[in-house]
Amino acid sequence: MSTESDATLAQEHPIAPFLRMDRMPHIWCPTCGIGTVVKCFATALDESKVDLDKVAITSGIGCTGRVAGYMNLDAFHATHGRAIPFATGLKLGRPELEVVVFSGDGDLTGIGGNHFIHAARRNMDMLVILVNNFIYGMTGGQNAPTTPETARSSTMPFGNFERPFNLPHLAASCGASFVARWTCLHIRRLTKTIRTALNRQGFRFIEVIAPCPTLYSRLNRLGSGLDLVKFYHDNSEIKHGADTRELDIAFQDRFICGNFVDEERPTFLDMMHAHYKERLGDRYVPMPDEGGWLHE
Amino acid sequence: MRNWRTPLDADKVKVPVGRVVVINDRCKGCAFCVEYCPKDVLVMSEGFNRKGYHPPEVVKDGECVNCNLCEMICPDFAIYCLPAEDEAAADEGGPN
Amino acid sequence: MKADPAGVLTGVHYLDGDYACGEGAMAAGCRFVAGYPITPSTEVVERISQRFPMMGGTFIQMEDELASMAAVAGAAWTGSKTMTVTSGPGFSLMMENIGLATMMEAPCVVVNVQRGGPSTGLPTMVGQADMMQARWGSHGDYELIALCPQSPQEAFDLTIEAFNLSETWRVPVMFMMDECVGHMTEKVVIPPAEEIDVVPRKLTDKKPDEYKPYEVNGKPVPEMVRAGDGYRFHTTGLTHDERGYPVMSVECQSVSVKRLIDKIRLNADQIVRYEEEDMEGADVVVVAYGITARVTRAGIDMARAKGIKVGFMRLIVVWPFPETRIRELADKVKAFVMPEINYGQMVLELERCAAGKATTTLVPHGGGGVHDPADICKAIEEAAK
Repeated sequence: MSTESDATLAQEHPIAPFLRMDRMPHIWCPTCGIGTVVKCFATALDESKVDLDKVAITSGIGCTGRVAGYMNLDAFHATHGRAIPFATGLKLGRPELEVVVFSGDGDLTGIGGNHFIHAARRNMDMLVILVNNFIYGMTGGQNAPTTPETARSSTMPFGNFERPFNLPHLAASCGASFVARWTCLHIRRLTKTIRTALNRQGFRFIEVIAPCPTLYSRLNRLGSGLDLVKFYHDNSEIKHGADTRELDIAFQDRFICGNFVDEERPTFLDMMHAHYKERLGDRYVPMPDEGGWLHE
Repeated sequence: MRNWRTPLDADKVKVPVGRVVVINDRCKGCAFCVEYCPKDVLVMSEGFNRKGYHPPEVVKDGECVNCNLCEMICPDFAIYCLPAEDEAAADEGGPN
Repeated sequence: MKADPAGVLTGVHYLDGDYACGEGAMAAGCRFVAGYPITPSTEVVERISQRFPMMGGTFIQMEDELASMAAVAGAAWTGSKTMTVTSGPGFSLMMENIGLATMMEAPCVVVNVQRGGPSTGLPTMVGQADMMQARWGSHGDYELIALCPQSPQEAFDLTIEAFNLSETWRVPVMFMMDECVGHMTEKVVIPPAEEIDVVPRKLTDKKPDEYKPYEVNGKPVPEMVRAGDGYRFHTTGLTHDERGYPVMSVECQSVSVKRLIDKIRLNADQIVRYEEEDMEGADVVVVAYGITARVTRAGIDMARAKGIKVGFMRLIVVWPFPETRIRELADKVKAFVMPEINYGQMVLELERCAAGKATTTLVPHGGGGVHDPADICKAIEEAAK
C-alpha cells in the first residue's frame, strides 16, 4: 500500500478529527486496551455534542498518561499524580471549561491518591476516566495500589501481599456523584456511560479495566492482551446499582461492573456560589464563567 | 444465526453491506477485530506491514454488515467500515 | 495597563507584610489562588480568602502544597494571574510543580515567607535559608526570577512587580519574603488604581492553525493562549518541541531547554534590580537583602562612625544574581561583607562573582532572630583591615 493512500485514509478515519493524527501511530503496545478506551471516549465526545473547544483534557504520567498527548483538544500532560489538582486549577480558573482527567490507576490513586479523594470529597466538577491495568506499566511493571493479591509484579516478585483498592468504593465513599466501571471490551456500554457522564456535573469517575500485555499479563503468564481482555469481559458481571462494597477484584476472578452511582449533587462551585450569595448578598462578585483574567 | 423461518418483512428489510478499510501501517497485529467480528469477515493476513505486524484482511467478501465493531474495538485506529454503496470509499483492506 | 480598581485597596493602611503581599496580588489582578496553610504565610491567603469573593476571585485551600502548585500551574493556562503562598516545608513540596511551570512556561507567583529550617525548623521565627532552593530547588536545568522585599510596603509593591515579571518572561517568580517582614506591621500606602502599572496577560494574535505553542521567531518568549479558546494546543512537562509535543532527543533538549535558560540569562540586565547607597570611594561594600538589609543599615552606621568607608548594596531581585554589577564592584572595592540569616547561601554567588578580586566575608545567623548590628559592624571592621 502506498504512503499516499495511507495518508488519505488517515484523514478519512472517523476518529481523525479527535486525534492528533500527526502523532500516530501511538506508543501503546499491541493488544493494549488504552487505545480502545480512547476510541470510546472520542465517540462519546462526538455523540454528547459538547463544545470541543471548551473541553480541556489532563493526563498524568504513565501509559494512560499519554492519552492527553494524542487528543485534539486543549491537552495538558502534567506531573505524576497531579492531573487532578492541575485540572482543578483549569476548572476554577475558567469555570466554563469541561475538564476531563484521563490517567492510570497508579497515577491517580497511588501518588495522586490524596488529590483523588479530596476532589471527590469536594465534588469538584470534572470527569475522571481511570484506566486500570493493575500495574505500573510504563516504568516496567511495578506493584500498583490496584494490583490484586497474589499477582506478581517487578517489585513484588513473589506475589503481591497487599490489599488493593476497590476504586468505585473509594470514589463513592469520598463523595463522587457518578461512579461506573467497565472493561475496555464493553465498548458500547462504556461509550454510553462516558456520554452520559459528559452531560452530568460534579466528580464523575469511570474505571475501565484494560489489559497490560507487556507487563501485567507477561509477568503473571496470562497470555496475550487478547486472552486477558477476553477473560475480563467474560468474567465480568453487569450489576447496575450494586453496593460498591462488593466491587473488590481478586486475582483472575469474577468481578462486577456497571453504573453504580449517578446522583445530582451540588458541585464545589455550586456550593461556593450559593454560600457566598447567602452570606454576602449583593457584595458577592462571582468569577465570570469565562475566567477572571486581566487583559486589555 | 440461522432463521428458522423467513421473517414476514424479509423483502422489506435490507441488511447493510459494508466495506472494510484497513490502515495497514498503523496496525499492530492485535487481532481484536478478527476475534470480535460478528460475521467472521477478517483473518490476520500472511503478509506484513512496514512494522512487521500482520494486519487483518477481508476473506469473506460482501459479508461485512457495516456494524462498525472493528472500528470501535481497534486500539490503534487502524480499521473502519464504510457503507458499500459509498463509491468515494477508499480501497478495500488487504496488504500489498 | 492600569490595575483593575476592584482589587486595589487605595489608601494609607497599617498592615503586616503578609497582608500587604495579599493586597499586592489583588492589585496586580491575581484572581486565582490555591494554597495550603503554613506558618508564617497563612495570613496572606486568609486576607485573600476574605477579599476575593468581592472581586470575582476564587481561592481554594487545597489538600496539600503539591496540589496547590499543580492547581496554580493549571490555572495559569486559563489566562488567570495565579499565586500560591507557603513557607520552607511547603516550598520543598512545591518544587516538582515549580519545575512543571518552568518547563511549560506558565506565569505564576510563589510566595515563600521564609522561616527557620531545615525541615520543620522554627515555624514562627525568621530565616533566610531557602535562597538557594529558590533557584535550584527543582531538578534539572532551568532559570527563574526571585525577589526579596524588606518591608510591608515593598511586600505590596514588589508583589505587583513579581506578577509583572512573571507575565513578561513567562516564568514562575519566587517571592522570597521572610517571617520578620511578613509579620511586621508598618504603614503601607496603596495608590489609586490609575497609578499602578500592571502587565496584562498577552495572548497570541495567530489563528489556531498557524499557532505553535513554543515557537519564538527570535523573540525571547513564545506567545501564549488560553484553554477554551479553540487552539487545541498541547503542553507537557516532557522535553518538547515548538508544537508542544514531547520529543526525546539530544537535539530537542539542547534547543528547548537552552532557550528556557537563555530566556533569563541573556536578559538578566533587564530583570536585575538592586539599590545602592554611598558607593563612592567605598572600601567595603555590604550586600544584603530582606529584613537583614534593614538591620545592616544600623551596622553600617556603626562602622561609618568608626571612619570606615562603607557602601551598601541591597538586592531586590535576588535571582538572577546581579553578576555584572558585582564583577564591576570587585575591581574597585577591597571587600564584600554579606550578612544573611543562614550559614552561607547568597554569599556563595557573591564570592563566585567577586572571583577573588575582593575578599568576601559572610556574617551568618542560624535563624530565629535577626543579626546584632554590632556583629555586622565587627565584620566590616575586619574586612576593612
